[in-house]
Amino acid sequence: MTKYYQPEIECASREQIQQWQDERLVKQVKHVWDNVPYYRAKMEAAGVTPEDIKSTADLHKLPFITKDDLRECYPYGLLAKPLDECVRIQSTSGTTGKRVVAFYTQHDIDLWEECCARAIMAVGGDKDDVCHVSYGYGLFTGGPGLNGGSHKVGCLTLPMSSGNTERQLQFMTDLGSTILCCTPSYAAYLGESAKEMGITDKLKLKAGIFGAEAWTEEMRRDIEKSLGLKAYDIYGLTEISGPGVSFECEAQSGMHINEDHFIAEIINPETGEVLPEGEKGELVFTSITKEAFPLLRYRTRDICVLSREKCPCGRTHVKMCKPMGRSDDMLIIRGVNVFPSQIESVLLAQGFPPNYQIIVDRVNNTDTFDINVEMPPEKFTDTVREVTAMEKELVAALKAMLGIVAKVHLMAPKSIQRSEGKAVRVVDKRKLY
Amino acid sequence: MSVKQISVFVENQAGLLSEVTTLLADNGINLRALSIADTSDFGILRIIVEDVEKAAQILRDHGNTYTVTEVLAVKMDDKTGGLAKILKVLADAEIFLEYAYAFLLQKPGEACLIIRVPDNDAAEAALAAAGIGIAKQEDLF
Repeated sequence: MTKYYQPEIECASREQIQQWQDERLVKQVKHVWDNVPYYRAKMEAAGVTPEDIKSTADLHKLPFITKDDLRECYPYGLLAKPLDECVRIQSTSGTTGKRVVAFYTQHDIDLWEECCARAIMAVGGDKDDVCHVSYGYGLFTGGPGLNGGSHKVGCLTLPMSSGNTERQLQFMTDLGSTILCCTPSYAAYLGESAKEMGITDKLKLKAGIFGAEAWTEEMRRDIEKSLGLKAYDIYGLTEISGPGVSFECEAQSGMHINEDHFIAEIINPETGEVLPEGEKGELVFTSITKEAFPLLRYRTRDICVLSREKCPCGRTHVKMCKPMGRSDDMLIIRGVNVFPSQIESVLLAQGFPPNYQIIVDRVNNTDTFDINVEMPPEKFTDTVREVTAMEKELVAALKAMLGIVAKVHLMAPKSIQRSEGKAVRVVDKRKLY
Repeated sequence: MSVKQISVFVENQAGLLSEVTTLLADNGINLRALSIADTSDFGILRIIVEDVEKAAQILRDHGNTYTVTEVLAVKMDDKTGGLAKILKVLADAEIFLEYAYAFLLQKPGEACLIIRVPDNDAAEAALAAAGIGIAKQEDLF
């Protein structure tokens, strides 16, 4: 039996969804115009006023918001509500050391958690389930989002956060976790560890909600086998709310976008032109219910295809495929966003030449992250102690910037591979897309 | 009265050490002494040569990362206890030893210990007080 958290919304008629989107968009544009001078100036520059936006058909007239805008507006520039009405921030790593900070009113948190509740019920979750949340808790949206969704559904919630695998597995077996929420690479790792500890047959997991990084169908099968569950994808981004912008249902064939909250468009990343539905392009979101941090036409940089094919689950909201790539150079490594420019800025600050190579691979379903760095003559000394200390300092600075640990390899100058005079900065061997 | 040592950065990859030594050999640089320090990631090749300027020029021209360091060449007897005697003097003077390596000189019975210490003058004074001499660059060839 298919379960829904809000059947009247999730299975609403197309006309109803369209009406919600039209009404909410008009209201949201006015809200942003009135409260966000930065975006108002963008609209004025584009010669658009709120009166020009009468329905979603006019959406294309609005200017885009990009990650650069978010960076420029850090921290309060895109805030649309007074701070005393905000109750939470969440954050994501951004380029050049500046983070992206998103604000939430209590209403925003409620709607976000409802989206996560829909995702949990879509994989068969209900109030008699034990929901094991192994996403990180804190500024990262993964833990708080699914935690809130699990509460809304009424599951017994295990706020495990990430790490301490042995304890994770112990709670999983002792408390009979039935739904697991974490990154796919961590799910794979938990599966491996359970096997090593010989406790696979003690697991009671039936479903997993795995997101925050790209994963393949092959990996889905591996995880389903090793943990004995059905593995489902979930998509989201802090800028828009967090996990639950879209989620997979029992059909396991794409993620339903919560269209009562988010309008999705596919554009040509080169020209910005809106593409007809079904074509491949960059995914753009407009949040139409967000109060504190409403973004109009936010460019996700994820390359994607939308589909309105009728879904056997009964949900009527549009489905997006797994992102098929990026329209920028961002890498997602162990669930963390990494831009090559961040690495470059750390190298320069530490006195290393900005000639480097990032090598990402996936070994046993876990991302490996290596950076080859050239040893400059000015920094070189004759003692291993000093060179090793230099290397350690660089690793620490990279971790402070990126939030994850990279393995640094010091190389001789000019030894890093160049092709046709242009250095190859990123070698991604994961073949995720 | 220190001697000049050249240290070359070498990645820990098959063939890279040979590349450096071949380069020096092809340019007629004879290595009087050497030591290699290695970690799992990289190595440091330390060499003593007669014409430091020429060797440095060759390395520089071929894009190698190197540095020239002043180290002490301590005269050592080629007999049991020769090394122990020097190290005892340094230990008693509380001189921290970063690294050391030894080699035989051409003349029978004579050896040399290259030491890298934080303060060459202090080490030299302590050794001199114990009757231990320090060699000059040209004494080694």
